[in-house]
Formats: sequence, structure tokens, C-alpha cells
Amino acid sequence: MSNLSGRRVDRPAIIVGVVLLAAAAVVAYDANNIHAGFTYGISPSAVPFVIAAFLAVLGVGHFVAAFKEGLPTPDEADWGAVGLMSAGLFGLIASIAFGGGFILGSTILFALTARSFGRKALIADIAIGFVLGLFIYILFNRLLGLGLPSGRIERGVLIGLDGVVGWVSGLFGSSAQ
Amino acid sequence: MDSLLALGSGFLVALEPINLLFAAIGVVLGTAVGVLPGIGPALTVALLLPVTFRLDPGGSIIMFAGIYYGGMYGGSTTAILLNTPGESASVVTALEGNKMARAGRGGPALATAAIGSFVAGTLATIGLAFLAPWLVRVAVNFGPWDYFALMVLAFVTVSATFGSSPLRGLTSLAFGLVLGVIGIDQLTGKARLTFGVPELLDGIEVTTLAVGLFAIGEAIYVVSRHLHAPEKPIPVKGSLWMTKEDWKRSWKPWLRGFGFGFPIGALPAGGAEIPTFLSYTTERRLSKHPEEFGRGAIEGVAGPEAANNASAAGTLVPLLTLGLPTSATAAILLAGFQQYGLQPGPLLFAQAPDVVWGLIASLFIANTMLIILNLPLIGIWVRLLAVPLPWLYAGILVFAAMGTIAANPSPVELIMLVIFGFIGFLMRRYDYPIAPAVVGLILGPMADNQLRRALQISLGDPMILLENPGSATLLAIAALALILPFATKQLRKFKAEED
Repeated sequence: MSNLSGRRVDRPAIIVGVVLLAAAAVVAYDANNIHAGFTYGISPSAVPFVIAAFLAVLGVGHFVAAFKEGLPTPDEADWGAVGLMSAGLFGLIASIAFGGGFILGSTILFALTARSFGRKALIADIAIGFVLGLFIYILFNRLLGLGLPSGRIERGVLIGLDGVVGWVSGLFGSSAQ
Repeated sequence: MDSLLALGSGFLVALEPINLLFAAIGVVLGTAVGVLPGIGPALTVALLLPVTFRLDPGGSIIMFAGIYYGGMYGGSTTAILLNTPGESASVVTALEGNKMARAGRGGPALATAAIGSFVAGTLATIGLAFLAPWLVRVAVNFGPWDYFALMVLAFVTVSATFGSSPLRGLTSLAFGLVLGVIGIDQLTGKARLTFGVPELLDGIEVTTLAVGLFAIGEAIYVVSRHLHAPEKPIPVKGSLWMTKEDWKRSWKPWLRGFGFGFPIGALPAGGAEIPTFLSYTTERRLSKHPEEFGRGAIEGVAGPEAANNASAAGTLVPLLTLGLPTSATAAILLAGFQQYGLQPGPLLFAQAPDVVWGLIASLFIANTMLIILNLPLIGIWVRLLAVPLPWLYAGILVFAAMGTIAANPSPVELIMLVIFGFIGFLMRRYDYPIAPAVVGLILGPMADNQLRRALQISLGDPMILLENPGSATLLAIAALALILPFATKQLRKFKAEED
């Protein structure tokens, strides 16, 4: 940023403008690479080109805005808290991606999110997150029939659950059959 | 007469015990989630969508109706007691409603909001039942050019006309449009913007975008500024019931709110903000107690809340008859329909009348259940407001993750959810509206297809859009709606310089 205009140029607006121009280039590049081949009628790349042009106009619009009113100035942010919450979200993704399962993932997410809001009782929050994840898992798996990603914990839970169900139905076995 | 018969058979569907149960579950779930601070009806519907996956289309759409109305009711409760409107349409409700709650009149504020919503919602649903078949008859004659022009109009009004900044609104729309291009093109089967990632071939899920932008984005935004003293809920003191005086001051605003809300909501332009603001200013002008405005006037809650609900029912008119969503909530409802292979539009009325009319009938039922269930249960909902923020948002994030992986159990889907969450956070931070992105994602590919169909018929001549009177008029209105905010801004600036 030059000293001449440094004070008056709104940096976030410039960044958004650059992102929009880059997006316009990517969309146009991709549209250019669609080989319509033997399809008849209007090419599927027509509308992407229009959108790319639209993005470019908006990018330029942001540059203009940067020299005028700019974007609204946001409040000071608590980046530490944002970082903690992000860690929770990435923990969830990692748990699902590497076979840790849903319950472990939601425990991490719950505990770290609660901590990002300033709670100190980490152990209690881990316990709450675990119970919540367990509850949701059983609800989805058994009542709604939707399979959430399973890891070791979930397999253990299902075996345990089947055991309990088997035991309970064993108690009432004669009447149920 | 057709409407009455069709509605009657719709009631037969909706009044089946199992469907009544679905409606009741929907209303309770919708209220419970909608009452949580920062969660508006759009997010409520998006979060609860996966719960309805395994039901049959009829039952799940009836449950939707309950969730939708329950979410609206919950949202107004939060606006009144917590001053955190979950969506822009209840901003006005918070204005007077929160002042009333602070003055110890939270009970009557909630009651007039609930009863007003019921009255206006019921009237608007009647309007929907009578207007829809008529509009369907008109819409049958629509060509692809007309649909394309309608969608362009919706794009412009949703993103540019009503927001605080047309530039930021249009940017949000463009973001949604780009996401809409991603995936296999429906007409030619070509992959667009997928970069070789197989998960992207199916396109971006509307619910993933909505939950990411709304839920995760909101959570990150709130935690980023939670040092800025969060609001505490105001306990409901005194009588819950409205006095005779309250009734006398409420019933006219309810009806006027319906008068503003339904027609504006039913226009293919969307936006519940305009009718709520119109209702508020009208009530202030007509009130016999104008001095109370700004300090908790009951008319200022009754009118806008009625307008809000009436316009919500109004947006169902273009959604059901034209397949045109004009709000974030409508966009998510449309995604819900599509999940069951139902495409709203004139054909749906012919192909699945029992679903459409069952839905319309269950809107009446959901509305009635809301008032029966929620006035007595208000104490429980208020207690939900008192859930500590850390657990509240931790729970919201877990639910958001749950919904996303239940719909599509892949890490790629989750990664998209989190990326959308960060984008939603930045959009909130710099005041970009969220709804245009969601509408752009769902309407973009539809507009793309309609445009290409139109051009195929005209052998590639774009003039077909201007040669048809219908589409030409709509495009002209769209152009006007696009220029208007820029023009008024210039005008205002011009005036300011003159002063």
C-alpha cells in the first residue's frame, strides 16, 4: 500500500476484490476447458462465462469501494477463541477422516467449543460431549436408520447395545416370542 | 370451489393421526430449535432436515410445515426476550417487544406475537389456498424465457434491492451462483468446476451451505466477539394474558400486518423485512399512543409479527406454484422437496395433489397447534433461552455436524461445511448478507437450465427474452430494481451535498 493513499484505501475491500477477480479467472478458465463436443444447442460453458464476467465486475466494484467508503469496520475479534473453535472443527474432521468415528469427533468439538466460550471445566465438557455424541449416534443408528461414521468406540457401543438388548429380551424372552 | 375440494382432501391427509403426530413433533422441535438465540427459521429447517430423511414425503413435508412455523414462533420469542433476532424479519419485533419485556410486559408481548402470527398466518394460508390454483393456471403457460426472467428478478430483489449494500448483496449472490455451477451439468452431463474431486460431481448441497453459513458462521462470529457482553434473557414477569385493552390495541395491527405481509411475500421478490417495516411505521402513525413507540408499544409487536408470518406464508405461493424460492427458508424448503424427488411448480399440483394440499392443510394445523401448545409451554421455552452460551453453541456445532454427515457421510462434506462456516463468519464480520448466497446456489442452476432451454427454442437468439412480453416486462422490472438502490444512493448523496 502506497503512502500517498495508504490511509484512505480499505484493505479488506481490496482483498475481496482480488479474490473475486481470481474467482472470475478460475470460472472462465474452467468454462474454457469444457469441450462441448457433440452436444447440440447452447454450450454448458455459456452461463459460467456470464458468471465470470459478473464476478469481474464485482471485483472492480470492490476496488472502487475501497477508495470510497470501503467495507464496514468490524469490532475487535477474540482470535484465540476463534482458533480454539477452529481446532474443534478440525478435530471433528480428522476424527471422521481417520476412522476415529462420530462420537470421538463430537466430543472433541463440544469440549473445545465450550472452552472457546471461556468454560474451564474441560473434563465435564468432555463428558457432556461424549454423552451427547453417544445419544445422537444411537438415535440415528437405531431409530432413524442412518449410519453415522463409526470407529472403535461406536463398534464397542453397538456390541454393548446388542448385548443389553439381547439380555433384556432374554428376560422377557418367553413372553415376547 | 376447486380449492375448497382440494383443500378438503388435503385435510383428510393432514388429519390422519400419524400426520397429526408428525405435525406436533415438527412444531415442538421447530420451536425448541428456533427459540435458541441466533437461530432463525432458515437454520431451524436446515438443521432439522436430516431428521425427516426416513419418513415418507407426505409425512416429512407435514413435519416441515410444523418446523417452519415453530421456528418462526421461536424466533419471535428470542427477539422479544433476548433482543437477538434470529433473522432480519424479526428485527422490528425486537424493537418494541424487547422494550415491553424490559417493562415487565413480556407476557402480553409474547401473546400478541403468537396470536397475531396465528391470525395472520391462518389468513395468509387461506390466501395461499385460493391464490395457488389460479397462479398454477397462469404458470402452465409460462415458457422457459418467463421462468428465466422471473429468476433474474428474484436474484436482483433478494440481493440488491432490499439490503444495506447492493455491492455486497450481489457479491453474496455471485458466491452462490459459482457454487451452483459446480457439478455435473443437468442438460449435457459435462462436469463443471469440479477440479477432479469426485465428491463435487453431485454439486454442493444447499443444506451444507446453509448450515455452514448460518450455524457455523454464526458460532464463530459470536465467539469472536463474545467479549462484547452477551445479552441475558429477560424473565417473563406478571400475567401472560393480554388485557382487554391489549386485545383492542392488537387486532387491527394484526389484520393490517396480514395486509402488508401476504401480498409482498407472494410477489416473486421476497423479503419479509419490507412488510415488517411498513407495518411498524404504519402502526406508529395510526396509534393513539404514539408516545409509547420506542418504549414498548404493543401495536409495534402485533403488526410486524403478523406481517412477518403472513409474508412467510406468502413466500410459499411462488415456491409451490413456480418453484421459485425468494428467501433463505424457502430455498431450504425447496431443497427438502427435491430430496424426495418432488419439484415444486405447476406440475406438482397435477402430479402430487395430495402432497401439496396435505402441506397447505397442515399449515393450518401447525398454526393451530402452535397456539395451543406454545402459549401454555412458554415457561419451558424461556428456560431454553437460559442455556449457557458455551453449551448452546457447542451443541449447535455438534448438531450441525450431525446433520451434514447423516446426509452424506464423507469427510469432504464436513470440510466443505467448515469452509462455508469460515466464509459465513467473514460475511457476517463485513456485513455481507447470507440469504442471497443460498438463493443463488439453488436458483442458479435452474436459471441456467431455463435460459438454455429458451435459447434452444430460439436457435440461439437471445432476443427471445425481449420479444416475449412476459419475460420482457419481468426483465425490465429487474433492471429497474437493480438500478434503483444505486440511483437513490446517488440522489441522497446529491441532496446531502446541497444541504
